Amino acid sequence: MIRLFAFWAGTFNDHSVTEAMGRQAAVIAHEWWFFFAVCTTVFIITMLFLARALMKRRTVEDVPLATGPAVLDPRRERTLTIAVSSAMGVTVVTLFVLLFVSISTGASIRHFNSKNAVTIQVMGHQWWWHVIYQNTAASETLQTANEIHIPVGKPVVILTSSNDVIHSFWVPNITGKRDLIPGYSTALWIQADKPGRFRGQCAEFCGHQHAHMAFYIVAQEQNDFDAWERAQINPAVTPAPGSLQEKGMQKFMAGPCVMCHTIRGTDAGGAVGPDLTHVASRSTIAAGTLDFNHENLLKWVRNSQDIKPGNKMPAMQITDDDLNAIVAYLESLK
Amino acid sequence: MSSQPQREMNSESLEPRPRTPMSDAEARNWLQRTWDDGKGFTSWFQQVHHTVIGRRYIITAFCFFLLGGLLAALMRIQLSHPENHFLSPDFYNQVFTMHGSTMMFLFAVPVMEAFGIYMIPLMMGTRNIAFPRLNAYSWYLYVCGGIMLYVAFVLNTGPDVGWFAYPPLSGPDFSPGKRADFWAQMITFTEVAALAVAVEIITTIFKLRAVGMSLNRIPLFGWAMLIHSFMVIFAMPAVALDSSMLLMDRLISTHFFNPAEGGDALLYQHVFWFFGHPEVYIIFVPAMGIVSEIIATFSRRPVFGYPALVLALVANGFVGFGLWVHHMFATGLPMMGYSFFTAASLMIAIPSAVQIFCWIATLWTGRINWKTPLIFVIGFFAIFVLGGLTGVMLASVPLDTQVHDTYFVVAHFHYVLIGGALFPLFGGIYYWFPKITGRMLSEKLGLWHFWLFFIGFNLTFFPMHILGLKGMPRRVYTYLPQNGWGTMNFIATVGALFMTAGVLFWLYNIWTSYRRGPLAGDNPWGASSLEWATNSPPPIYNFDELPTVNSRTPLWTATAENPVIRGLRIDDREVLITRVLDAEPDHINSFPKPSPWPFWSAMATTALFVGSIFNGYALYIGAIPLAFTLTMWFWPKKHEIALEEAEGVRR
Repeated sequence: MIRLFAFWAGTFNDHSVTEAMGRQAAVIAHEWWFFFAVCTTVFIITMLFLARALMKRRTVEDVPLATGPAVLDPRRERTLTIAVSSAMGVTVVTLFVLLFVSISTGASIRHFNSKNAVTIQVMGHQWWWHVIYQNTAASETLQTANEIHIPVGKPVVILTSSNDVIHSFWVPNITGKRDLIPGYSTALWIQADKPGRFRGQCAEFCGHQHAHMAFYIVAQEQNDFDAWERAQINPAVTPAPGSLQEKGMQKFMAGPCVMCHTIRGTDAGGAVGPDLTHVASRSTIAAGTLDFNHENLLKWVRNSQDIKPGNKMPAMQITDDDLNAIVAYLESLK
Repeated sequence: MSSQPQREMNSESLEPRPRTPMSDAEARNWLQRTWDDGKGFTSWFQQVHHTVIGRRYIITAFCFFLLGGLLAALMRIQLSHPENHFLSPDFYNQVFTMHGSTMMFLFAVPVMEAFGIYMIPLMMGTRNIAFPRLNAYSWYLYVCGGIMLYVAFVLNTGPDVGWFAYPPLSGPDFSPGKRADFWAQMITFTEVAALAVAVEIITTIFKLRAVGMSLNRIPLFGWAMLIHSFMVIFAMPAVALDSSMLLMDRLISTHFFNPAEGGDALLYQHVFWFFGHPEVYIIFVPAMGIVSEIIATFSRRPVFGYPALVLALVANGFVGFGLWVHHMFATGLPMMGYSFFTAASLMIAIPSAVQIFCWIATLWTGRINWKTPLIFVIGFFAIFVLGGLTGVMLASVPLDTQVHDTYFVVAHFHYVLIGGALFPLFGGIYYWFPKITGRMLSEKLGLWHFWLFFIGFNLTFFPMHILGLKGMPRRVYTYLPQNGWGTMNFIATVGALFMTAGVLFWLYNIWTSYRRGPLAGDNPWGASSLEWATNSPPPIYNFDELPTVNSRTPLWTATAENPVIRGLRIDDREVLITRVLDAEPDHINSFPKPSPWPFWSAMATTALFVGSIFNGYALYIGAIPLAFTLTMWFWPKKHEIALEEAEGVRR
């Protein structure tokens, strides 16, 4: 069945409920196919009974309206009562089975093994995802945006919160949704069973750019994950003196960019927009909207309002030279 | 059928009345004169008869339906391919909010009440709805609320926070300006109107039934409207409260929903869905009544399992209030509570299944009369059963966390609401159009309407199930090409085109049939309930003589010796009040005459409501004209005082 669905979709879908790549999603996908089978059967049986009820030799065409309504045959009415009651009995039993399956699925999703769990804090912003890997040592705490790296086969605790309005954290291949509600912090746990990139998207309407508020979960083998984590903890690279990148850095620090973004290791410490310390290590910009590449960066920095109208980054009044320099600097932030 | 006034009148101040036996025609003239609401411009604002107000309600509701449909078409064009720039995100957000709000608050609930207003007094065999002036008032208020919302929308101040308007997004910090306020106040308008109608319908059903129509003989549409009305009374105050708290947060800086000041954003959701889920049944239960009426008439037998169907409706009414948390399964509430709401959500399938099985049993043993109303009901079966089954899926917490707020849910509730309410409603229109206008709708155009709409509906909404499973969230104004949602969305847009064509056929059908359709006669379908016992369209006094009832299917069991009620004055708007349980005659009540004050009261209320969007003091100042108009409304007239005195002497 799952393969059949994958066939419809053409290739593997990195944003799909039925192509589970995480433990929670796999359990839910099983439940889905069970419910699907039961409900399809019920639908077909009901429609067959309806069709049978409508197929008659005697319709009103043969018997004019004037002859009045049918006279009820008490014996047949009794048969009907028995039939309807038995159908109800079957319905109730089916519903109990579904209830049991649902509750046991729920229980197995919540079964939580906190040993060695990685803890990641995810905070929703209009319209991007702030990701924080907490560590007891402040210098080891790292921040990133719109890309969550996790080790494969290991439980991960996601602590959710919101900075502004309600958002909803959802990666269909990994697990179901959890709303990010201001004033509430909740925890859910996830686990990826296979390495890969899985798309997530905000699922609660959160304003203008709700449509462009995606992120990726990158599930990696433990070694790769550790290497990534070490690299991310480092401060940003300092560009070589006299290079284009250095000019870009100066423009960044002197321009409006610095008001909103953080680049660790520099004076930039804004907290309104995503942390850009290692922005070039990420595969997308604008919360999963565009691939990270030169052309997209140029377009985005010049006028992000063209791409995500209403987003909080204003259009920049900068010359082409400065733009090129800033983009070169951003591209160097591996 | 000779009718004559049976009593002497006691007040000399009244018009002279006939003392000799009069002919039928004379009696009808008297009734016509007594019940006539007048014609002309000023009379229009004073009319109070339920058929007049009911007709206005039906037409208004369908105007909003067409507007809501137009907005849906805009959305389908925008979503037909990825990264489309047909609508800006800002406008799209207004459009989807307006679509949802229009369909839920300005179409679905009012249209059900509209049919209740028109049909219930006829079905109950009485001459007008209870509290007719309140009825007129409710219509003016409803229209004003709708107009206010659309004026705001045209002026680019349409609400853009979803038909649910969750704070903090709808709160003062994230929705500056007046957009969300117009939404919240539109709720107040429609809720006051809906509550008024609910009270009228409950009173009409409980106290104005034909003699002999004991509780166990009320037509199923009557039961459905009764339960609908009780649900309105228990559910609507919740949303009125919620939207008022939101307004206060926005206007006078309360902090009900502001977590930074100790408020609670989740509280809003609880209160909203405590209304929001019953709302679905408020829309759906009257439709079940329509289905029962149509199935009985077109399978030429009484509906099988009347007590079971009534109990199923009652169960819907109760259990419907115990499901609201299944709209909040993703919020992370405690698991114990979730399990309760899963069980309750599965349980609601039981009364729905009882109804489906009873209807199939009725069709099974009936003689089928293949006419358009029945065909729409068959379409209802196919669509509603599917939508009900996806509803069973959504009751499960784990499944719901995956498909919640995706297009799967969009598909589900359109299957339930269009399948469960609009198809029966269309059936109801084909069924009752002859009664309301005196002319039959064209069967041929009706089939075109049905098939275009049915195919278009499934083309539009079936692919949305798959879109949801492939991860497409709701309320997005666009999506990326690499998401792979383009094909399904394009199919859905094509389906919307078919649905539009279907609706155009329907409008054309109404247009031509209203002018040139074949005359219907009193009872063209050979139906059994009392609305068919009078002319089509019914005279302004509904019945020449009030009918009595000797079974659940009065017109099928009526005999030539069937008694009628006499003794009501024909020179005054007298109606017979009967007892709640057994519908035995209790006393006679004189119903109000036309009055301009419901209109002026509604205008004063409108000024108060609209004013309070902009300034809190409008509440105090606006109360003055409202108090004045209400006082005038209830000011006793000389004529009425005289009648009351006469009444006193008679007793």
